[in-house]
Amino acid sequence: MKKLSARRRHPLAAVVVLLIALAATGGLFTAFAPAAPAKADETAQTLTIEEGKKLYAVGCASCHGTGGQGTTDGPSLVGVGAAAVDFQVGTGRMPAQQPGAQVPKKPVVYSQAQIDQLAAFVASLGAGPEIPTENAYNPEGADIAEGGELFRTNCAQCHNFTGKGGALSEGKYAPSLEGVDPKHIYEAMQTGPQNMPSFPDTTLSEENKKDIIAYLEAVNSDDTVEPGGLSLGGLGPVSEGLFGWVFGLGTLIAVAVWVAARTAKAKKS
Amino acid sequence: MSSQEIPEENLPAEQGDAHGAVKVADEKNPFADPGLPPHEHRIQDIDERAAKRSERTVALLFTVSMLSTIAFIAAYVAIPVDKAIYVWPIGHISALNFALGMTLGLALFCIGAGAVHWARTLMSDVEIADERHPIEASPEVRAQVHADFKQGAAESVIGRRKLIRHTMLGALAMVPLAGVVLLRDLGPLPGTSLRHTTWAKGKKLVNMNTMEPLRPSDVAVGSLTFAMPDGLNEHDHDFQKNIAKDALMIIRLQPGDIKDKRELEWSHEGIVAYSKICTHVGCPISLYEQQTHHALCPCHQSTFDLADGGRVIFGPAGHALPQLRITVGEDGYLEAVSDFEEPVGPAFWERG
Repeated sequence: MKKLSARRRHPLAAVVVLLIALAATGGLFTAFAPAAPAKADETAQTLTIEEGKKLYAVGCASCHGTGGQGTTDGPSLVGVGAAAVDFQVGTGRMPAQQPGAQVPKKPVVYSQAQIDQLAAFVASLGAGPEIPTENAYNPEGADIAEGGELFRTNCAQCHNFTGKGGALSEGKYAPSLEGVDPKHIYEAMQTGPQNMPSFPDTTLSEENKKDIIAYLEAVNSDDTVEPGGLSLGGLGPVSEGLFGWVFGLGTLIAVAVWVAARTAKAKKS
Repeated sequence: MSSQEIPEENLPAEQGDAHGAVKVADEKNPFADPGLPPHEHRIQDIDERAAKRSERTVALLFTVSMLSTIAFIAAYVAIPVDKAIYVWPIGHISALNFALGMTLGLALFCIGAGAVHWARTLMSDVEIADERHPIEASPEVRAQVHADFKQGAAESVIGRRKLIRHTMLGALAMVPLAGVVLLRDLGPLPGTSLRHTTWAKGKKLVNMNTMEPLRPSDVAVGSLTFAMPDGLNEHDHDFQKNIAKDALMIIRLQPGDIKDKRELEWSHEGIVAYSKICTHVGCPISLYEQQTHHALCPCHQSTFDLADGGRVIFGPAGHALPQLRITVGEDGYLEAVSDFEEPVGPAFWERG
């Protein structure tokens, strides 16, 4: 101790004391501080789940079972995760209007707060993909060309080259991706709604998903340049052929008939 | 202009003056040839002012066409290729394409419209009747041709000099062989290349999105992943040839859902690898429905049940989709056990 007190007037003594004090405060903070907010978070989370459970009992339990275990009318929701709920309810697909080959998109019936509560409840049934945060799906600065390549490899077979959608078997279809919220596109890739296969982060990384969303924004926004104009639905030779045959040839035939039928006589008989 | 404004002296005195008068129906033969209806004059035939006006209209159309062609060339030179404009109701389109299409369309349309207007108002308007002639030549002409042919044959001594006749027929019969030999050059025959792919024992399955080898834990139930064999490089000379046979669809089923015993044996923990190439005409099929486990081909709607050995359940495909037998290697990555057991893709003559 004598040695220590002998050096207390050393020019660096103040610095050393300051460093020790900082380390002590930091250590104490990490030891105690986060505990309190975490507790508050947990109670808020429990409340959300409680609210979600009530909503679930009213809107979902008749098909998916009271505990989310699934019935003959609806699949089990254990392990589908919050992202699946946010997609299905957030696009109006759930609650389903009527049974059929495919549940279509329709006006949303729940508020985003209610959707979050439902999602929290379903997530509490079993771990699954979480609702992505904004920076996970925001296409800002993503590689559009790479996204195009990934889209053609993984998505174009069902959704068409620019996401216009297409037919599947027995009345099912791949919906158009035009004007779909990037968050919902991200969630669909992650969870694989209805008959769409899923593309988990292990096989299609978060970066890849962002690129795909950026590509869709580039080819489907209001500012997208159609070099020739009149995309005719962008479906390819079917709609273009129909237009050519019906409107193109039809107009030519009508003009030919008009030219041959109308006469320019001085006196009409 | 209506007929009232036409000067009286220019009108024909009677319709009978005009070319082609009506024949009066005969009482004995009510179905007699009625002949042509009476000719009616056009305004332009009797009123020189109207004719002048038509002439000016035609000239105007042709002039507009000329100006449009000049505008086309000007647009081609002046408008940058990447300039986009907004045109209601078409949307954002390339300014160059729009200008070229409009000017060339107008130039062609005005030529057509001018020509039609010219023909209808100024060219001769007189009805013409022509008799149809039989297609057959007259008997004299036919007799003459026969006689000439016989004389030619006799003069060529083809009937008497049999050696010449036979060698000539032989030469004519042999000439087409040259074509057959040339067509043979389209080869070489595929040999065994249709029976084998790049897949072999120990080849790792590489994810086509990330180009990384796949672990079983990467493949979730209900997911779809496309894979190719390790070592295939997009920049290689024969990449397209190989990927056309090697491409795989990787899906994961609950092992209990797999109906086919061999499929279960060839899978790894429910992960199955199927060829992506349709067995009908070789389109890439990957319209996979994760609830029904059906894969659909977009070309001719062949549908395969991937939970039942890739069996064909609809469409023109003749063979089940080939499955690749997979396992996990020592380093924990998915790998092939061997090549496909049967040829992938469409049938061929010697496929068996």
